Amino acid sequence: MQRQDTFGYQKYFRKRERNEVETDADFPFFIFHCLRWPRDTVRGMSEIESIKKSITGGETSARAVVESSVNAAERLNETLNAFLQIDRDSAVKRAESIKESGSPLAGIPIAIKDNICVQGLQTSCGSRILGDYHPPYNATVIERLLSAGAVVIGKTNCDEFAMGSSNENSAFGAVKNPWDTSRVPGGSSGGSAAAVAAGIVPVALGSDTGGSVRQPASLCGVVGLKPTYGRNSRYGLVAFASSLDQVGIFARNVEDVARVLGIIAGRDPHDATTADVPVPDYTAELTTDIKGARLGFPKALFGEGLDAEVRDCVKAAVDVYRELGAEIVEVELPHAQYSIAVYYIIATAEASSNLARFDGVRYGFRAEDAPELRQMYRKTREEGFGPEVKRRIMLGTYVLSAGYYEAYYHKAQQVRSLLKQDFQKAFETCDAIITPTSPTPAFLIGEKVDDPLAMYLSDIYTVTANLAGIPGLNVPCGLSSARLPIGFQLLGAYWSEPTLFKLAHAYETARPFTERPPVRAD
Amino acid sequence: MPITEADVEKVAQLAHMEITPVELKIFAPQMAEIVAYVEQLNALNTADVQPSLGGLTPEGEATDSARDDATVPSLGQKTALAEAPDAASGHFRVPKVL
Repeated sequence: MQRQDTFGYQKYFRKRERNEVETDADFPFFIFHCLRWPRDTVRGMSEIESIKKSITGGETSARAVVESSVNAAERLNETLNAFLQIDRDSAVKRAESIKESGSPLAGIPIAIKDNICVQGLQTSCGSRILGDYHPPYNATVIERLLSAGAVVIGKTNCDEFAMGSSNENSAFGAVKNPWDTSRVPGGSSGGSAAAVAAGIVPVALGSDTGGSVRQPASLCGVVGLKPTYGRNSRYGLVAFASSLDQVGIFARNVEDVARVLGIIAGRDPHDATTADVPVPDYTAELTTDIKGARLGFPKALFGEGLDAEVRDCVKAAVDVYRELGAEIVEVELPHAQYSIAVYYIIATAEASSNLARFDGVRYGFRAEDAPELRQMYRKTREEGFGPEVKRRIMLGTYVLSAGYYEAYYHKAQQVRSLLKQDFQKAFETCDAIITPTSPTPAFLIGEKVDDPLAMYLSDIYTVTANLAGIPGLNVPCGLSSARLPIGFQLLGAYWSEPTLFKLAHAYETARPFTERPPVRAD
Repeated sequence: MPITEADVEKVAQLAHMEITPVELKIFAPQMAEIVAYVEQLNALNTADVQPSLGGLTPEGEATDSARDDATVPSLGQKTALAEAPDAASGHFRVPKVL
């Protein structure tokens, strides 16, 4: 029986199949009355723009959009455990107060990883040692989002202090992957990735120290960016490894990531590592014409240890680029094979120093029954930190300890220089490099939990960008035979985010990733 | 040189962290394995390589991060103490030091 096409919905999709859809204005917007907002029905097009249009057009209101998002977050949290805090009252109140619909993110619901400070909400970092710590200030990136009209609906679950690749290290339970709830969403920003993948929010923030935005984005089938080091402020991001940490962005299309980066990026007097580099209009060059672009292909990274389905899927993406007129150039990154070793020296060393501040004195948890100060420190840290954080603090303390500094930390920083030079040389011959983002699709919860080294190796393709300070972007490019998302990663030279966005947008336009996870908001 | 349980105990002490005997049994072999893995860097000759101190880009290094020497409002005592596990008379209170 033919179903009645009351809203023009089927007509729209027939048109879309014939590639006749010109702009998102073609989408039958009146359907928003039922859906509240168009959770990525038009994959590859800006959802921020769609939501804003439906608000200004009167089809819906900022309040209805935010309520729909909060409802979805609450409803799906039993299944996904993606949120550690959902703040219905203040989100709805704030949505009601938004009158200036011209602001770039007016009424857009956003989820924030629980290691980024939002005043009025908790910041636990997924750790017992912070618990329900309420920061007295907003992170700079949050200030900028709020000034743009965004509405924070809650804080997302993550690996404790962003240390992990599966979200199983959260003191508040693992996040489940919306594509298969027996599997991990990746980490450490797994809650943010799952919230965006499930359609709870169109945009979320995470942090990326060794791949913690790009790897969960890949495992959950969404776009995820780690910007150039110094592109945006780390003020209010709880420090893990200061020379590697960068706030990153999740969305279901490239344009929304570009829009949000344009808002949060730029120099901040509160973070001395933010660079004085102008922030361009990242959406200006989102064309699909990439003829003549040179895409670097590091053949050596497609060998041993890479899942066959991931390899084929990413190689197919390379073919798409070739079809689109890009030139594929072979590049070599001879020191990439050492990146995990370098990373786990530098990251743990910096973490052991940064996490010294959690001592039970100024904030957070303090152990009871410790009548002497040092004993209080030790018990607080023993009871407050989980196993992975302890392991990393101890590794970091070890590599920095007397007699070992030269052999480990100094050596690692030297190899880091060699890796930077590899990239510098590669970018003389290409505009961006394509690699897999994760060596496998989402793995099972519990699969790697007893083998930290195996877990560390899931970051093999992503840590290089943090060590070199360059930007990296995950782009979803298909599903495995078990219906798990696969993504590829684009790496670019310093400040080349516009090039990455353009290349990614060209791909998502040519091969829209229209699949949806079984656990989702609508 | 493989990491022993004694090394792990010493490191835990340096890091102001108590670890239980059960944790010690788990951590020692795991840390030994990770340290053995990172020692692959020794195969590289880096005699003439400058270490990359910090993650900064050339533009980041060129950025003048100095602020004006001007007083600005700070958190204030009340806010600063609001999240303390134990505070009294405008101070953080801790167990006895000696």
